[in-house]
Amino acid sequence: MNQKEILLECQNVSFRYNSGAWILKHIDLQIFSGERVGLIAPSGYGKSTLSRLLAGYEKPSAGKILWKGKPFPETGYCPVQMIYQHPEKALNPRWRLKNSLYEAWNPDDALLKELQINKKLWLNRFPNELSGGELQRFCVARVLSPKTEFIIADEMSTMLDAITQAQIWSVLLKKVKERNLGLLVITHNTALVEKLCTRIVNLKELNQIQM
Amino acid sequence: MIKKLQNRRLQTILIIIFSVLVIGVITVTGMTMSSDAYATSFENKNLPPSSAHLFGTDWMGRDMFMRTIKGLSTSIYIGLAASGVTSIIALFLGIIAGMSGKHGSAVFNWFVDLFMGIPHLILLILISILLGKGTKGVTVGVIVTHWCTLGRIVQAEILSLKNSQYVQASEKLGKSKLWIACRHILPHVVPQFIVGLVLMFPHAIMHESSVTFLGFGLPPEQPAIGIILSESMKYLTTGMWWLAVLPGISLLLIVILFEVIGNQLRLLIDPYSVQE
Repeated sequence: MNQKEILLECQNVSFRYNSGAWILKHIDLQIFSGERVGLIAPSGYGKSTLSRLLAGYEKPSAGKILWKGKPFPETGYCPVQMIYQHPEKALNPRWRLKNSLYEAWNPDDALLKELQINKKLWLNRFPNELSGGELQRFCVARVLSPKTEFIIADEMSTMLDAITQAQIWSVLLKKVKERNLGLLVITHNTALVEKLCTRIVNLKELNQIQM
Repeated sequence: MIKKLQNRRLQTILIIIFSVLVIGVITVTGMTMSSDAYATSFENKNLPPSSAHLFGTDWMGRDMFMRTIKGLSTSIYIGLAASGVTSIIALFLGIIAGMSGKHGSAVFNWFVDLFMGIPHLILLILISILLGKGTKGVTVGVIVTHWCTLGRIVQAEILSLKNSQYVQASEKLGKSKLWIACRHILPHVVPQFIVGLVLMFPHAIMHESSVTFLGFGLPPEQPAIGIILSESMKYLTTGMWWLAVLPGISLLLIVILFEVIGNQLRLLIDPYSVQE
């Protein structure tokens, strides 16, 4: 492989809400193309906060976050997309699922079939009528648009049973490899990241806060 | 199963239509009624309820049924006008407060606390007296005092939606602010607003009646439920129970009808019950 391109980069990032306690301090992290990074740490070390920063939901209180060497675009489709722990919170409860699914792009039938989304039965349903695993499939399909270049999965499979976990991850992993997407997996489950990722980062060592 | 589903929706819609119809008929009858219908006739005074006079007659021989209908229609009319205007104020202020960030919210909350800190009825009476009582006083009083709760609901709804994951995800999916406001936020706020609006009618009507009952509202020559009730208090001891009981029950029924409409609307709109 030739020189690897830096996709996402944290330069000395610190973060806190308003003037509260520091959640992240002096984080330096680089994620290269072709890498699948697993981010692990015990609860309270700022895994989710870091993922929100990396996806551009929050701005760091100090330091810089760069996407391919530049700050995030303010508007328009963000190349870094997140999949959340709670799919029922990530889907509008008043929307039928087809609206959520087709919000950003039109996933083709092949992808829906791979994710085992039941097109006939589920699309006209409301989120509260389906289970968490079924909803998470919609969230995965939603972010797999061709414009997505990097996926952050924040505890994406923690709430799911083992079989659904395996199904969703195998599809996502296949897509990531096919399209050469970047992937950041955040989880408590070390066995999972060892299986999925090419590099494991422990935020406990990286984050310089006093616990 | 499909049949059941239709039945539930159908029932709800039928109940709503029925309630709206009853209220509509009363309002229209009352507004188009000539004053001859409840004119004084001293031949027929103090009659108990009968087929000729459903609610009986009072000490001046006026037909209480007609007076009640007329009074109810005035109440409904004032209630509709007042709650319509007050809910628009609530919507407007709620949206501004929800969209304007920290300082806007602080100012809004301060105003809401100010209005909610004073008991409704006292504020209503003060405003009504200031404006010289009458229909105007009562209507403005209700408008000024009733926007707080609904406004706060609208504001809270917008605030929580702005921070919800699906709205933030939508932003990251490249949707514009206007698109999000129309597609994500409005569908949540509008049902809350409509249900809040409908549930405000009975409130407004009750307050109108009670202020009038206490003598700070509509003038005594106007047939209003509050007037009828307060006048009949003087005659209760003479055994003329129908003067107070029947108009009172009618008022109660109208208020319940509005509540029913509001609750049924909520059932129709709420996704947790929409497919039942």
